[in-house]
Amino acid sequence: MEREYSEKVMDHFRNPRNVGEIKDASGIGKVGNPVCGDIMNLYIKVENDVIVNAKFKTMGCGAAIATSSMVTELVKGKTVKEAQSISNRAVAEALGGLPKIKLHCSVLAEEGLKLAIKDYLKKSGKPLDDVKK
Amino acid sequence: MKRVYLDHNATTPTHPDVVRAMQPYYEEIFGNASSVHRFGREARKAVEEARKNLASLLGAKRADEIIFTSGGTESDNFAIKGVARALRDKGNHIITSSVEHLAVHNTCKFLEKNGYSVTYIPVDKYGIIDLEAFKKSITDETILVTIMYANNETGTVEPLAEITKIAKERGVYLHTDAVQAVGKIDVNVEELGVDLLSLSGHKFCGPKGVGALYVRRGTKIAPMQIGGHHERNRRAGTENVPAIVGIGKAAELAGKNMAREAARIRDLRDRLQEGIEKSIKEVRLNGHPARRLPNTCNISFEYLEGESIILNLDMEGVAVSTGSACTSGSLEPSHVLISMGVSPQTAQGSIRFSLGRVNTKEDIDYLLKILPPIIERLRKMSPLYKE
Ligand SMILES: Cc1ncc(COP(=O)(O)O)c(C=O)c1O
Ligand SMILES: [Zn+2]
Repeated sequence: MEREYSEKVMDHFRNPRNVGEIKDASGIGKVGNPVCGDIMNLYIKVENDVIVNAKFKTMGCGAAIATSSMVTELVKGKTVKEAQSISNRAVAEALGGLPKIKLHCSVLAEEGLKLAIKDYLKKSGKPLDDVKK
Repeated sequence: MKRVYLDHNATTPTHPDVVRAMQPYYEEIFGNASSVHRFGREARKAVEEARKNLASLLGAKRADEIIFTSGGTESDNFAIKGVARALRDKGNHIITSSVEHLAVHNTCKFLEKNGYSVTYIPVDKYGIIDLEAFKKSITDETILVTIMYANNETGTVEPLAEITKIAKERGVYLHTDAVQAVGKIDVNVEELGVDLLSLSGHKFCGPKGVGALYVRRGTKIAPMQIGGHHERNRRAGTENVPAIVGIGKAAELAGKNMAREAARIRDLRDRLQEGIEKSIKEVRLNGHPARRLPNTCNISFEYLEGESIILNLDMEGVAVSTGSACTSGSLEPSHVLISMGVSPQTAQGSIRFSLGRVNTKEDIDYLLKILPPIIERLRKMSPLYKE
């Protein structure tokens, strides 16, 4: 069973980007992984439909922390619509892949992002229809 | 970089004297212990010497009550399936605890799928089995009780002598997985009264891939591995002579050094535990504070997940392990901690520190220096933590 993390995963684990909260966040996604118990809060700040800032807090394994860090990097500068299509696989790929048994941990990042966007759309009175979940 | 190994319940570094004792049995004394000629006789002599060493460590009356195996897992499989098969006509009920190592737990599960019925006795918050529930669970169909001596995750030591006494009164065989106990605390098969006992070489400074099953004389057990006449027809296969010599040497060393070493290691363990309790808030000891292996300390760090702690310690050269779901392979938190009533969240942040022969006071002080900032940094990242 492959257990080893890539150098990039370890880099994001060692020096996670964008740790923290956004006090006046436009949207917050709070998710728990029902499989392993990892927990993540994702905060996004949206201006003119563009995600200008993202921060996270995560309690979880190496993969959960690294994917949290990476997803905040990936969404910054993207429009809300673009961000909606970021999948957990895309996050894992951006990290140079994850050990197979750790792929489920990256679901947290995708779910957190989706919920944060949903929260933003709801708060700003925008239609939710093109949110996948 | 500094390297500090605090994962001795996973495996121990082989003692240099053990390696030295094994060496000649690869090249000069390579004979098959079943051969009649001098080469064979030399190997046979070494195997029987090792058997005596193990029997003596366990206080067994006869050396032939020791059967060599490939390790703890095989010994557990052999004991449980072997008795289940031998006593099939007598009954089909097996009793075990809810905190066993997977070698026992999954073997019981396997038998459950094959027509046996298994009772899993609950434990209290310290991991000690409920003796009343155990007493009540014995029926006329019960053929085997298998309950571990010391727990690999928490170090909790079960009241084995009492358990055996209850089983004996009902005429039921008692097997114990003593893989974590042997070499760390006194294990005496006569005082404990057990019928079968599993042990493993690599847990007490012996080589990997070798273990033994103690089988009290007269105990009915079907062989697992069928073939030649090795181990008095109970475990076929050419003996792994170098490994057997190694486990024999490890047993000899344990017999000589254990009392002194255990006291030294207990002091270090207590230093570690007190140090953590003093410098880090919201930690919780998992396991019995006193009835516990002298080398083990399992602590939950609230609001955190274990793997993230392990990886941070690993970056600083310190090796420990966790009961976190994310590292378990089954994606569930430790069944041992859950059985003790620990919440999944708290089990998620559990770290097992297990000490051994190579550890020094400097190792512990190094850990105590690097751990608090790691915990603090991770907690700052945790959505559950409020300062
Ligand atoms: C309590 C217990 N039983 C059985 C085993 C399995 O022993 P082995 O690794 O020799 O197969 C272990 C080892 O992890 C253990 O701790
Ligand atoms: Zn995880």
